[in-house]
Amino acid sequence: MRDIEVQTANGRTVEDIVAAVELDGLTRNYGERAALDDVTLKLDAAQTLVVFGPNGAGKTTLLRVLATLLRPHAGKVTVLGAEFPDDAWQVRGRIGLLGHDPLLYRELTARENLRYHARLHDIDDELVERQLAAVSMTSRAEEPVRTLSRGMVQRVAVARATLHDPELLLLDEPYANLDPAAIELVEPLIGPSSGCTRVLSSHDPGRGLAESDLVLGLRAGRVALLADATGVSTNAVAELYR
Amino acid sequence: MRRPSLRVLSIATIAAFCVSLSLVFFYAPIEAEEGFLQKIFYLHVPLAIVTLCGFVIGGLCAIAHLRTRDQRWDLRSYVAIHMSLIFGVAVLITGSIWARGSWGHWWVWSEPTLVSFLIIMLLYATYQPLRFAIEDPERQARYASVFAITAGAFVPMNFLAVRLSASYLHPRVLGSSSNLPAPMALTFLVSLAAVALLFATLCTYELAAKRTRILLKARSRILGYQS
Amino acid sequence: MSAPGKTSPHAAMSQDVHARPGRSAHAPTGTAKVVRALLRKELLVELRTLESIPGMSLFAVTTFVVFHFALNQDTVSGQEAAGILWVTLLFAAMLGVNRLFVADADQGGFDGFLLAPVDRTALLIAKAIALLAYLLVLELIAVPAFGLLLLGPPLGQALPGLLAPLALGDIGVAAIGTLVAALAVRTRARDLLGPLLALPLLVPIVIGCARASAPLFYATRVGGDGNPPLRWLGTLALYDLVFGLIAYAVFDFLLED
Repeated sequence: MRDIEVQTANGRTVEDIVAAVELDGLTRNYGERAALDDVTLKLDAAQTLVVFGPNGAGKTTLLRVLATLLRPHAGKVTVLGAEFPDDAWQVRGRIGLLGHDPLLYRELTARENLRYHARLHDIDDELVERQLAAVSMTSRAEEPVRTLSRGMVQRVAVARATLHDPELLLLDEPYANLDPAAIELVEPLIGPSSGCTRVLSSHDPGRGLAESDLVLGLRAGRVALLADATGVSTNAVAELYR
Repeated sequence: MRRPSLRVLSIATIAAFCVSLSLVFFYAPIEAEEGFLQKIFYLHVPLAIVTLCGFVIGGLCAIAHLRTRDQRWDLRSYVAIHMSLIFGVAVLITGSIWARGSWGHWWVWSEPTLVSFLIIMLLYATYQPLRFAIEDPERQARYASVFAITAGAFVPMNFLAVRLSASYLHPRVLGSSSNLPAPMALTFLVSLAAVALLFATLCTYELAAKRTRILLKARSRILGYQS
Repeated sequence: MSAPGKTSPHAAMSQDVHARPGRSAHAPTGTAKVVRALLRKELLVELRTLESIPGMSLFAVTTFVVFHFALNQDTVSGQEAAGILWVTLLFAAMLGVNRLFVADADQGGFDGFLLAPVDRTALLIAKAIALLAYLLVLELIAVPAFGLLLLGPPLGQALPGLLAPLALGDIGVAAIGTLVAALAVRTRARDLLGPLLALPLLVPIVIGCARASAPLFYATRVGGDGNPPLRWLGTLALYDLVFGLIAYAVFDFLLED
């Protein structure tokens, strides 16, 4: 299905024109409580959606649903053309998740961890080396992850999340634990210039608004704010947390 | 109404028990070897059969739950297993009484059915601790279904293994339930029907109670009360 | 895929990832490859942490010593010997079962695996093979220790016949142990529930193995040709098959959310 890629005049492919993420009434329950309640939005390819909201609002749940880790309980979820949950398996290899957990085995080295993920995605080992270089971790690649500082672990996690060159990036507060130099380092991989479609959860209104095209504000699982980033001020975001 | 009416079931159960008990005490002949105590056979074996069927039904409902994701199947599976656990305890108690009466010991290893039952009960006794150890209700139901399917498949295999291991030098304490003379066979079948009806009635009661509680919770949530 | 006017490391990489001949870039990774990758990771972690194998082996040897004192006997033979050996191996196996998924549950390994384009049953296969490997190492230590510390008749005489029950028993414990471990690991009382679930399910295996190996542990041949009775091996094989298939069928439901 994806073997032939038709290029349009300005270099975008047919798949780019289809919305990357389309949610229609997405609901996910936790027992009797709704973790996500009737969330509807549309995100185009190569655009960034930033999600704001207090703790427990459903930001992480939303990211995990998009990552195929959680099934939607109601509503329609279409990601990269595949409808969840039935076709989720088709697009797993095209999605990268960077959550609170780095998903690295502490006793293995950075290189071993990345190689393990590379093999799961059927990717050559040499790409592992390039990823390590991209996050400047080549010199520490042979040490067990448990000896690395939080910032370094986060960098290796970024390398892991982008190893398979995903089209959709799901980032849960990715800049936590990173100093400004490290943030600059990972920007080409997970930032706006990566060219990927991104869904990003953030507690930093200034930075979040600057990086995004679409803004979603969640409160108790419901959509409290959904607008183009240009029309949203940091005050409006702060309102969500009251 | 598709669901069996509680009233009809209750009346049928009471009626069946009346008939069954009359048959047991006034109709069935007293067994030559074991005497009056043998009559517990009419309670013990039907209880055992119904319990085992209950566990298997629990497994089948669990399969339906995993395939359809409908929580109602999980409820049915839970009630079936829960009820079978209670009936299973009764099986062990009546079996023990019978063993004591016939063989002089409260427990005998040479009766394969009883031994199989003990193992199965030990397994299913972990069902509720397993459920309560998982907080997420959806995952709890899913894991419980996996357990119910595995344990349901275990029931027949366990019987096979234990029966194979039984020593054939020992005469079976509780006797074979095949080759029964006609009066005993009739009494047995009626007793079986009565116990099966009892199981169905109690399950229906418990299902109705649980469904009502769920409805009540949903309504009170809509009205804004704390549940 | 890169924004116009700016090259990212990914631009170069995307050409490579998508330009592999004869493979759609996003087809699921072949199961054999996944199992190999999982096994490699599993054995690496075990070699670094040594959480399972030394514990299981030490437990078995210590248990034999305890049995000596509990029974107040220098040697055991026959059914008694078979019973002691299999019960000890079983309880030592429980230690391994308890640890099987702990590293994954605690270090986010499930998510990492679930995000990959793979058939999830590969995890069952890989973990069962790993558990099987741990059991084999356990037996390499425990069976000779048993022969040394407790067994009356010479072990060498019993050993050839012992291989079949050991193999079939190991497969059964591996299949059921992996399923139960996956079931128990994400619950609150994981260390308790694992053995409580596994032991009743493994009783038929204990029956089969203990009865199959009892005739081997006599000083003089009690009868038969020194091979374990086929009936028990048949039961073990059937049990392994049935529960292997069930584990295969239900495992996916334990992983997804």
